[in-house]
Amino acid sequence: MSRKQRRAVLILACVGLLGLASLLVLFALRDSIVFFHTPSDVVEKGIEAGQRFRLGGLVAEGSVRRGEGSLVEFAVTDTVKTINVVYEGVLPDLFREGQGVVTEGRLDGSGKFLADTVLAKHDENYMPPEVADALKEKGVWQHMGKPQPATN
Amino acid sequence: MIVETGHFALVLALAVAVLQAILPAWGAHVRDERLMAVGPPAAVTQLVLVVGAFLALTYAYVVSDFSVENVYLNSHSAKPLLYRISGVWGNHEGSMLLWVLMLALFGAAVAVFGHRLPQTLRANVLAVQGAVAVAFMLFILLTSNPFSRLAPAPAEGLGLNPILQDPALAFHPPFLYAGYVGFSIAFAFAIAALIEGRVDAAWARWVRPWTLAAWMMLTLGISMGSWWAYYELGWGGWWFWDPVENASFMPWLAGTALLHSAVVMEKREALKIWTVLLAILTFSLSLMGAFLVRSGVLTSVHAFAVDPARGVFILGILVLFIGGALALFALRVGELRQGGLFAPISREGSLVLNNLLLTTACATVLVGTLYPLALEALTGDKISVGSPYFNMTFGPLMLPLLVALPFGPFLAWKRGDLVAAAQRLWLAAVTTLLVTMAVYAVVHRGPWLAPLGIALGVWVMTGSLAELASRSKLGQAPLPESWRRLKGLPRSAFGTAVAHFGVGMMVVGIIGTSAYQSERILVMKPGDQAEIAGYTLTFKGAAPQRGPNYREEVGVFEVTRHGQPVTSLMPSKRLYDAPPQPTTEAGIHVSWRGDLYAVLGDAQSNTEGGYAVRLYFNPLVRLIWLGAVVMFLGGLLSLSDRRLRVGAPKRARMQTSPMPAE
Repeated sequence: MSRKQRRAVLILACVGLLGLASLLVLFALRDSIVFFHTPSDVVEKGIEAGQRFRLGGLVAEGSVRRGEGSLVEFAVTDTVKTINVVYEGVLPDLFREGQGVVTEGRLDGSGKFLADTVLAKHDENYMPPEVADALKEKGVWQHMGKPQPATN
Repeated sequence: MIVETGHFALVLALAVAVLQAILPAWGAHVRDERLMAVGPPAAVTQLVLVVGAFLALTYAYVVSDFSVENVYLNSHSAKPLLYRISGVWGNHEGSMLLWVLMLALFGAAVAVFGHRLPQTLRANVLAVQGAVAVAFMLFILLTSNPFSRLAPAPAEGLGLNPILQDPALAFHPPFLYAGYVGFSIAFAFAIAALIEGRVDAAWARWVRPWTLAAWMMLTLGISMGSWWAYYELGWGGWWFWDPVENASFMPWLAGTALLHSAVVMEKREALKIWTVLLAILTFSLSLMGAFLVRSGVLTSVHAFAVDPARGVFILGILVLFIGGALALFALRVGELRQGGLFAPISREGSLVLNNLLLTTACATVLVGTLYPLALEALTGDKISVGSPYFNMTFGPLMLPLLVALPFGPFLAWKRGDLVAAAQRLWLAAVTTLLVTMAVYAVVHRGPWLAPLGIALGVWVMTGSLAELASRSKLGQAPLPESWRRLKGLPRSAFGTAVAHFGVGMMVVGIIGTSAYQSERILVMKPGDQAEIAGYTLTFKGAAPQRGPNYREEVGVFEVTRHGQPVTSLMPSKRLYDAPPQPTTEAGIHVSWRGDLYAVLGDAQSNTEGGYAVRLYFNPLVRLIWLGAVVMFLGGLLSLSDRRLRVGAPKRARMQTSPMPAE
């Protein structure tokens, strides 16, 4: 093979691989990204049942109810609108009423949010950035630094 | 007083670094030996001063001097000594000081061990190293001073985030930073080469050990972080494709590619331009990782501070060094002459494939990490890119890499013979096939593709053993002869085989635990039993206990398997005194089959004495971290090879060398 042919093989390999990778990236981005919405978004934008998204806000005070087994119900609010969430599993350490939370799942037909993930947070001062931004927009954000008594 | 001395030492170190950045480079430019000779003593002095500054801060932490703001914010007098020390780098300011310490350490190492480098090259390398140090010391002194005092001094500190109070995490940052910053040496060498307009095999020979050392540290650092996340976060997972994890993983991928392309450059003088570019990109990704983590663009446990001034400063450093380096590259790239020719099927060809796949994989991770930031900036939509994206893009790119990996070492330089390589790998192929069939026969659950994934790992493991066997003519020559040959192999050959074996182990672990994990979430009362993966767990109840700086509720589970007692697991929920934050401590039983992993959840108010309990069985999960340790050991073997030692190259011997080193 001449130098030219060898270079052609190399360039073809690069282009082919990059093309393949770009396709993978495009497909993956189309299929696997998850949007973040606040309860107000959900009501205003009219998100369809069954569509997967992240719901974030504050856990409404007095809303946590335990059901059969590890089933738990609570409400997520941005102080304007509130959505009821059903989750089966063990809640993260820092899950508390009045604190920020991000849940992932889908709406059922009746407007309840069926969560399969409640995001663990690392630090009690930590507010998921999406939640903080959303609450700032609603004008109700405050620093969540003060430890609060556990309610569960 | 000691704290002020530390502050002063850091300022002095900055002054020394400024000299180190200017004088040797100027000396190299005008060929003045006295100016160039400033480099090594300056680098060593800088190290001494930075060590002084670091020790001063450590002292403040050890004696709990809460008049220092940084200590007040991040420490507590009731904390065990180990965590008072690790608290030094468990916060933004201290961790940047650790970063600078690592920079100084590597700079001084080049000064001390690089006495056989050509004078101008060493001068330029030390100057670049000095310039990087100047930037980060300015960053510390101007935006993140760990030495600032509080008046009046508070009586007690606020404490360290309890989930960071952990042995693995105490050592995770030093290793990670040693890796990140170690790549600055490759970067400095690349810039020096561009300044001189000359790179050759000798250059690659000098760069490789430093890159290898940095890569080893990064490998260990990342796997420590993953191990910590596994047992501390209580979710039974070991990798979350969290942006912060990706920030450390991208330099690792690029560094791995650099490690391999430097081999081609050293042996064959090919891929010069690419290797120089890769050296720049690897350190750029390290810097970008620091920016993403430190700027508060990403919020997570790693993002200590959300201070826009700091983000802008690091962004400035980023633009200056990456932009400057790439501009220099564009200016000078024409002067670098291209090297040897090679056929697509050859050792060089296989290493090019390795580089293509690794860098493309790195690019997909980069896209997945930055896309949410870009989209939010452009449209305001908030999205998250999670593991499905990375599994769909990163996975398929690793597949050909792992299939091709065992072939590489069997191909000759310049022009290889794929058929001959395949013939030498037949035993490995047969073993792989048998293992695959055995897995299909024994395991009937999980995805049907999973045994093929296991096979891929086994293929890499047996393939790397086959290389050693073939080079020692095992089975072809009498046994004593093979033994003699095996002993005669260069250490770097063992290094390659061992590191690749580690990759195989890791693949088996990843596939095993991802495909065959069992999970149960249930509520248990004292006396209740639960079955998982052949184990029977009996819940004995939970009782409160008191630790050095926390209270905890400890659950006791008696574990039996086929009626035989195995162990008892004691997962707990802790509440730390300062800051009052709960953590989950998983109870883990380790066996060769995998980990039995129990987490105690909340007490259930509607069931007397009942607790939510999460149980996992993670098959083969230990192989992931063991694989990383084996990769590290492979690197260590390679590093101890005499031929890799930094020294003047003997080109004649290199070319007649009967067995090219990896």
